[in-house]
Amino acid sequence: MKTQMMVAGIILGSVCAQAQDKLVLDGSTTVGPIAKAFAEYYMRQNPGVTITVSESGSGNGAKALLNGTCDIANLSRDLKDAERKAMEEKGVKPVTHVVAHDALPIIVHPSNKIKGLTVDQLRDIYAGKITNWKNVDGPDLKIVVISRDTNSGTFETFKELVLKEEKICESAEYVGSNGAIRQRVQATKGAIGYAGLGFVDRSVKALEINGIAPSVKTVLDKTYPISRDLYMFTNGEPKEGSCAVKFLGLIHSEKGREIIEEIGFVPVEKK
Amino acid sequence: MNFAHEQIVLTVATRRRRKVTAWIGSALLFAVTSVAAVAVLAIIFFIARDAMPFFRECGAVSFFTTNAWYPTSDSPQFGALALFTGSFIVTITAVIIAVPPGILAAVCMSDLLPFNVRQLLKPILEMLAAIPSVVYGFFALVVLAPFMQDHLGASSGVNALNASIILAVMALPTIVSVSEDALQASGRELREGSYAIGATRAETLVKVVIPASFSGIFSAVLLGVMRALGETMVVWMASGNAAQIPKPFYNLLLPIRTLTATIAGDMGEADQMTGSAHYSVLFAMGLSLLFFSFLCNLAGEWVVTRQRKYLRGG
Repeated sequence: MKTQMMVAGIILGSVCAQAQDKLVLDGSTTVGPIAKAFAEYYMRQNPGVTITVSESGSGNGAKALLNGTCDIANLSRDLKDAERKAMEEKGVKPVTHVVAHDALPIIVHPSNKIKGLTVDQLRDIYAGKITNWKNVDGPDLKIVVISRDTNSGTFETFKELVLKEEKICESAEYVGSNGAIRQRVQATKGAIGYAGLGFVDRSVKALEINGIAPSVKTVLDKTYPISRDLYMFTNGEPKEGSCAVKFLGLIHSEKGREIIEEIGFVPVEKK
Repeated sequence: MNFAHEQIVLTVATRRRRKVTAWIGSALLFAVTSVAAVAVLAIIFFIARDAMPFFRECGAVSFFTTNAWYPTSDSPQFGALALFTGSFIVTITAVIIAVPPGILAAVCMSDLLPFNVRQLLKPILEMLAAIPSVVYGFFALVVLAPFMQDHLGASSGVNALNASIILAVMALPTIVSVSEDALQASGRELREGSYAIGATRAETLVKVVIPASFSGIFSAVLLGVMRALGETMVVWMASGNAAQIPKPFYNLLLPIRTLTATIAGDMGEADQMTGSAHYSVLFAMGLSLLFFSFLCNLAGEWVVTRQRKYLRGG
């Protein structure tokens, strides 16, 4: 009897250990690259650990945490009240971990001579009140408004920080990822779009907003008006010594901050 | 002797056993056949069940007649008229682009080209159907979109015309292949009969062969319509997804948004937990799509039966 229990205990223990050596992340396409780079680094340091990272959008990440299909949910926005309520009802206790800071640079075609916009002008453009670049001291060219799909955290952030009460105009085009928005903007002369700081390169032109260009410095001192935090959520505080704790510990480590900077986001202040 | 006697006159037990096995056999076949039908009915049932809360909550009138599509707003609006129009515009345009060349190509392949050329051409054409739709979408995005901006004066390269052209190309192999089969099926006798009474090749084609295979060609067109109506990935990538009714309606260089792309794009956020109306409205759109396909099928069925009657001389 005793040996039987011991065997059962050993089996149970090894099952637990196996379960700990697997980490599933799901959610935002903005946080995705950080999670993937972390996972790659972590798996190289700890062979035998399997980490899978899916990028299905912040909304899906929250859903996955609610349904218990992921260990860590990546979100590029905070949880909504409705999501928190649903989690409470299901007994899921979301714990917030700020991964990095990000800004939403406003990008236009590189040939566009316009230098900057104010947040109010930007809101009017997305609300359809300004439809030509010449009304904001730009060339005589129709503005093609491009937005992320309403499923993305990036859209939620943009709505919260720029649109506020305004509704996005009917003629706005929607695309499914940060990369796609950059591709559309660099291929369309009159286009305007927004994407995560890490996705802006020389193929597009980032505008000054209220006279401030998006950069690491302006994000950290919070002068750039359209900036946000990126999050990872776990169900309850992860157990001491578990895979999740070590993984999340990367956020504050030297290497983790280096990775985040390399991808183009702004690491959080050292603890 | 005795053996043969037994086989001719069956005992009551044998007869009963044979009856039962025959009954089981046909019941089994019936069950297998009905799996498909049951699957369709089950899909309709579950979609309708999830769509009902939306109609109860928000009503059907504003859904079908207004075009303010703001599902994630604080006071959400679910006017899907622009989405219905979008689906309608790309489907009709794609069919208009694809049908004439499709039928001409089918006629050419079945009646004009030498046999070995046709044997070569048909598999190549059917390969068009094997290209994954995301690859078509990619093509639309990186080749067609810049072309439209540079040469057609479109302010945005992803628009109704772009999506329609790609959908037309995707529907083409189905239309050509099925029409060609229909033209082939009309038979050699018909053509030889026509030549025998002195008709030229053109007259035979236009006045005999094509009318005789009309029902098959019609089915081909219908399959093309369904392909265009139901396609999701390509329209998500190539149509721009702007929930507006183009002004004027024939301006195909404006971005539009279709029902299928909306379902695919909004499904992630629209869980039961974040607002049931946004979730069930997608099922309401799915139900509408199902309804349209069903109507198309019925229309097709009706045309085919009428045609058969006509050909029989009824």
